[in-house]
Parts: sequence; C-alpha cells; structure tokens
Amino acid sequence: MSSPTPPTIRLQIEFSGGLELLFSHTRKHTVNLPSTVPNSTRPADASYLILYLRDNLLKERPELFEEKGTVKPGILVLINDTDWELEGEGEYELKDGDEIVFISTLHGG
Amino acid sequence: MAPKSCALCKKARAMLKRPKTGQQICRDCFFFVFETEVHNTITEAKLFSPGDRVAIGASGGKDSTVLAHVMKTLNERYNYRLELFLLSIDEGITGYRDDSLETVKRNQQQYDMPLKILSYDELYGWTMDAIVEQIGRKNNCTFCGVFRRQALDRGANMLGVDHIVTGHNADDIAETVLMNIMRGDIARLGRCTSIVTQGEDTIRRSKPFKYAYEKEIVMYAYFKKLDYFSTECIYSPDAYRGHARAFLKDLEAARPSAIIDIVHSGEAFEVREEVKATQKLQQTCQRCGYMSSNTLCKACTLLEGLERGMADAGITDRARKRLEAEGPAPENLRTIPFFRPTTTPGSAASTVEVAI
Ligand SMILES: [Zn+2]
Ligand SMILES: [Zn+2]
Repeated sequence: MSSPTPPTIRLQIEFSGGLELLFSHTRKHTVNLPSTVPNSTRPADASYLILYLRDNLLKERPELFEEKGTVKPGILVLINDTDWELEGEGEYELKDGDEIVFISTLHGG
Repeated sequence: MAPKSCALCKKARAMLKRPKTGQQICRDCFFFVFETEVHNTITEAKLFSPGDRVAIGASGGKDSTVLAHVMKTLNERYNYRLELFLLSIDEGITGYRDDSLETVKRNQQQYDMPLKILSYDELYGWTMDAIVEQIGRKNNCTFCGVFRRQALDRGANMLGVDHIVTGHNADDIAETVLMNIMRGDIARLGRCTSIVTQGEDTIRRSKPFKYAYEKEIVMYAYFKKLDYFSTECIYSPDAYRGHARAFLKDLEAARPSAIIDIVHSGEAFEVREEVKATQKLQQTCQRCGYMSSNTLCKACTLLEGLERGMADAGITDRARKRLEAEGPAPENLRTIPFFRPTTTPGSAASTVEVAI
C-alpha cells in the first residue's frame, strides 16, 4: 500500500563544536521533516528529529551523536537560539521555519 | 511552552538554564553573571597584582578563546592593569594545529593582544608529526605532554611574563579528580584542584575558569559569536580520560550539580605529610637548566631517546638502562637550548600595591 507524500516542515539545522564532522563536514543543512512521526499521529518533536537526523543525514559514528533516543550527553541543543532545556527538550513540537543548533562540548579546549 | 522570563532581571526572555543553579536567565544576565563569577574567582584567589604580565595559553579551542575574551573584558571593566599576551604552542601536527593556529592569529587581531607562537620544532628539533613517524602512536601523548609543559614555561619566559592562565574549566578539573581517584594517585589528587600552581622556578599557572561549566563556556562562545576551532587531536585517543569524561557527562545529565560537587570533593582532600614526602625534591636539569626531579629533566631524557633511536628510553626504566649501557650521550647530541629565567622589569615582586 503506497501512501501519499506526507506533509513536511522545513527546518534549518546547524552542527558545530566538531559535530559537523559527522554530517558530511557541513555545518548548515536544510531538512524537510515529516510533520508527524511515521505510522502515528504524534506531531514531529525534537526527539523524532534526532532519530531522523541520525538515520538520514549522519554519515559516520552514530554513537557520537545519538544515545538512548536523545543526544549523547555533552551535546548542547538550541531551539531558535534558546537552550532546549527551557523548551521541553525532546518533547518540543517543531514548527515550520525552526532553527535547531547542535553543539558538541566534547572537543578539546 | 510559553516563554519564561529571566529569573534575574524579570524582563527579558530566558534563553538558558544554568547547570550550576537551575536558574533560567536571559542572554545579557547570563553574560553578566558568567563574567562576574570569573571575576570573583580571580579576586578571591588573589590571582593577579596590578602591572602583572599575564600570558593566556591559547590553543584556538573554545576554552582559551572564551578565556581571552573574558580576561580582556574583566581587565578593562575592573581595571586590573594587567598586560595580556597570547601564548600558543605549535606541536607540529599537520591538519590540526596549523588550522587552530589560524584561529589564534585571528584572536590576536580581534582582541588586540601580542601573540607568541613557540614550536616544538624550534625548541626540540622535532615536530609531533616526525615523532609519531618514528615512534608510532604508542606513548606519543607522553612526549607531547612533557614537551608542551616545558614549551609553555619557556614561551612565557621569552615573553617575560609572570603568569600563565589556562582555560581549564570545572568539567576538566572534575574529570581529573575522577581519574586520580581511579588511579589511586593521591598526591596528584591533592594538587589537581588548586587554582594556582607554581614549581621551583617555573612561572605561576592558574585556572580562572576553575568553577565555570563547560556548558556555559560553550553557550558564551555561541551567544557572543566567538571564533573558535574544534576538532580532536588526530594523535590523541586518550581512552582513559575519554571514559572519565563520558561518565561525568552522564552524571551531569542526571544531576547538573555533579561537576561542581566533584570539584569541591577534590578540594576537600588534603594530602597527608607522609604522602607529600615521597614527592622528589626539585633541582635543575644538568643539560638544559629547566626544573627537574632528576639530573636530567623529562624532556631531555625523551629527546635523547628520540635522537639515539631508542624512544622508549624516556618512558621505561628498563629502556633507560639499555640506553645508558650503550654509553654516554654523544658530544654532538641535539639538546634543548639552556633555560635562563628572566626577571621582568616592573614585575609583581617589585611593586607594593595590594593584590587585586
Ligand atoms: Zn535577565
Ligand atoms: Zn633538560
């Protein structure tokens, strides 16, 4: 059974602090994310985005990015320039045009 | 989620949750509290005196880049009257240090501070690339660590500075506390949390970011759009530190105060006198004049091993004996230039002003 192309939301994604090395050595990406989690009615949230990025955009060493359904400890996430800890972390419901930044703190100082 | 307002100014929108306190604060309040806490660390430990010449150990990475920015800001805001310099060590690692040095050179322009770069090549006659080519990837971090420590002191001496500040943050210190506990290294455990260290005739070193969380340093760099370089050293899989770091980050995720708690625990360990007594007395190296606990300093021993094609000589006692059995060092052996500590004009010792 084929389904019609699901509606998507357009997100600006940025990787830095060394994380860009895992994503084709590219800092900025535009991602069209399905607006609901496949096979469910759950709206796309930050947790889904992390798994989506791991499966669709990441090129190497997934264990340095994702762990237990969220980002590996030591990776900071900003949603529209705000610490995602103030936005509900993985439960934040994404909107069209959101800018999500992932910064690794694990690389040398 | 409705935007929350800042817990400090009650006006602007909160943009960051502080790991130390859980407070939700806005960008401007964050800059202010972060800088003020570093200022408090500096004043409580009386790190500087007016007129001090201070070198910032600059790697181009996040910590030292933020440190340079904050030191410049505080020096102006609180009139510390410090002369600030950037000091970088070029280990000679292609594709790693050459890129990060470009960042340091941009920092020099942005912060308007004199920059001194000292390379392993000019000091020891060897780059890390050449060392790894000869010895492989075992023990290369030992060479790099010993060479860097001496190079920083010598670079500081060339600049005529009294003091080196480094970007070590609370996470780094907590990590070191854990590693020293796990290794049973009690002597180091007692020392690793001190904010200032000073050997016999080496330059004072201190850590103004001792209580600053890595998360906040990275957020500060991000919000200020500071220019830094981030990649792992291509030769350094320090597996042990890597595990300690991953463990610490897991702890932090469960309880953000864990990092500062571990730093405080480390501070609470006092080294008993018997343990201290086993640390060797300091003298100066016969060959290069640098401080040493033996007749030859660690760098000279390592360098002799490299030059004579027996790189293990500086690592294990057995290899050292094998080297000695081959006879004394040849006359024409390449050595490190002799270290002559300079006394600086107007250094802290000659001023009577109170410490900041
Ligand atoms: Zn505020
Ligand atoms: Zn020596």
